Amino acid sequence: MLNFIGRRALFAIFTILIVSAVVFAIFSFLPFDPAALTCGQRCTKQIIAANRIRLGFDKPVYEQYWLFLAGIFAGRTYGSGSAAFTCPAPSFGYSFNENACVTDMIREALPITISLAVGALILWLLLGIGLGIIAAKFRNRWPDTSSSVFVLLATSLPTFVTGLALLIWVTIKWKLVPLSLTGYTSLVDNPYKFFQYFILPWITLAIAYAAIYTRFTRAALLETLGEDYIRTARAKGVGERVVFFKHTLRAVLAPLITMAGLDFAGLIGGAIITETIFNLPGLGRLTLRSVYEFDLSVVLATTILAAVVVIVMNLIVDMLYAVLDPRVRVV
Amino acid sequence: MTQLLRIEDLHVAFKTDDGLVRAVDGVSLTLNAGETVAIVGESGSGKTVTSLSIMGLHKKGSAEISGSISLSDHGTFKDVVSLNDEQIRDIRGRAVSMIFQDPMSSLHPYYRIGHQLAEAYLVHNPSKKKEAMARAVEMLDLVGIPEPAKRAQEFPHQFSGGMRQRVMIAMALMNSPQILIADEPTTALDVTVQAQILALLSKLKKEFNMGILLITHDLGVVAQVADRVNVMYAGRIVEEGSVDDIFYAPLAPYTLGLLKSVPRVSANNQRLTAIPGQPPSLINLPVGCPFEPRCEYKQHSSESGCNVTKPELIGTSDTHRSRCHIPESLRKDLFGKEIKELQS
Repeated sequence: MLNFIGRRALFAIFTILIVSAVVFAIFSFLPFDPAALTCGQRCTKQIIAANRIRLGFDKPVYEQYWLFLAGIFAGRTYGSGSAAFTCPAPSFGYSFNENACVTDMIREALPITISLAVGALILWLLLGIGLGIIAAKFRNRWPDTSSSVFVLLATSLPTFVTGLALLIWVTIKWKLVPLSLTGYTSLVDNPYKFFQYFILPWITLAIAYAAIYTRFTRAALLETLGEDYIRTARAKGVGERVVFFKHTLRAVLAPLITMAGLDFAGLIGGAIITETIFNLPGLGRLTLRSVYEFDLSVVLATTILAAVVVIVMNLIVDMLYAVLDPRVRVV
Repeated sequence: MTQLLRIEDLHVAFKTDDGLVRAVDGVSLTLNAGETVAIVGESGSGKTVTSLSIMGLHKKGSAEISGSISLSDHGTFKDVVSLNDEQIRDIRGRAVSMIFQDPMSSLHPYYRIGHQLAEAYLVHNPSKKKEAMARAVEMLDLVGIPEPAKRAQEFPHQFSGGMRQRVMIAMALMNSPQILIADEPTTALDVTVQAQILALLSKLKKEFNMGILLITHDLGVVAQVADRVNVMYAGRIVEEGSVDDIFYAPLAPYTLGLLKSVPRVSANNQRLTAIPGQPPSLINLPVGCPFEPRCEYKQHSSESGCNVTKPELIGTSDTHRSRCHIPESLRKDLFGKEIKELQS
């Protein structure tokens, strides 16, 4: 088991290195002069040249990549003398547009995105798996049919429609959830405000994902119910409820967790639309803004971060799978 | 002899979009303690449907069942057809157990062997966890699994096919049932393992004084372990008799066809004699004998009624009965010659 985890972890680190190198290379070969993007329209050639040296863009690409990697572990100081400024480790670069270390910008945005993703994940798992179970249990009866209607509606409605609809009806017309004017409050500081702030974005995301999970759970349960080992359980005299909630559900859990892990990773990369609709200053919005403003160091950092999250979640899913499925453990 | 199971005029039909499938059409049979009764027939003849009916394992609403399945619950007879869900569940695994064709897929991949065995005991003896686990290990030992206490902690994928079938048998015997239904128990196994499993079943039958209902399409298996044989075709029993009756003096053309299609080592490069044609659709059964379209002997029928009425199950002796329109004396003659040829 430890051997298994060790091998997967090593492989994950290797993958992260490759991904970061590729992303770095792509951004280095973009047809922009990164130094020219560091100052506004009234830039002089001298400033650009000075910035180029300050940010290390005058060096060859592989050296730039090395400096970037080193910065993550050791922090990085740009320039020298009185004009020098330092981003402490882990440093992912410096944004001239915002005059801030990229790490600090991510540090501000990340809790919001994580709160959004975790809340939505819990909600959609409850809703999706719950509806899937009900649909499978009452197959071809009205609960199944109504869940199909939900699935159809939720998959066809894009998040910008459900999100806006929720905002218009729940917040503006019915005034059930007040429009947040104070911005993000952490769960620890004020749980009530935290929930108020996130409840609609959570629902928006959860509806979209829950539909997929309902369909998947239902199909997987029904398929498992046809398995030979379920017949064996019945032949032993096990009651229908235990057959369903123990033997059948247990078999469906592993693939569900895989799906959830990967979907969750995707969300950390940024739920751009949802964050934009609800004005949440999370990673998605940060990335979007940086793309608009050609803030390359931020785009580079968020892209690599998204890749890392996907790789790490894959690793976690692999490990969970080994816990859940005894057949994986021996491999 | 103690009778354990008596099926009378069992009909099982399934509603499908194409019509009513009459999978079992008037089957009657009995099973006594200490004997092995085989049900033989090709795929779709109704063997498995019959056995699943005894376990009450057909989905509610999908199957229409009539007739009676009288089953001894350690002495008290109960009619499975008229029991409710809870009453049937109480019988399953306790009065009657079943082992299945494919041991590779019949065990839950995520639970330890010991747990799966213990569950069979716990279902009928709640809150006796310790006893259940001890019993599981004891049964694993009984079916010939080495280091049973250690193997009980393992998962199904760590067992070979033959070992898994032993586990299935151990699981079936957790509550010492009197009736064991074995649905093609050796079909998925290697020939050498087949023999071991059959020997094990015979041994356990004596030890537990069980009656075994053996469902199979393998006549070799039948010859090895069965006492009495029921040959099924298109949902009906076409011939019943002792193993000797069936193998040395068959009286149904279908039984003879089955015997002739068994490959033999002695036959030098002879082509296999298959029964021509296909079994009939169970939705539109012919009015006459269901085997008539494939029967090589129908011209011998005196009444020329083969495609007009279904033949009745008529006895030559108390124990040997068959369905055929051809006069019995003629059949004895005709089939006797063929059997002699087969044996030479």
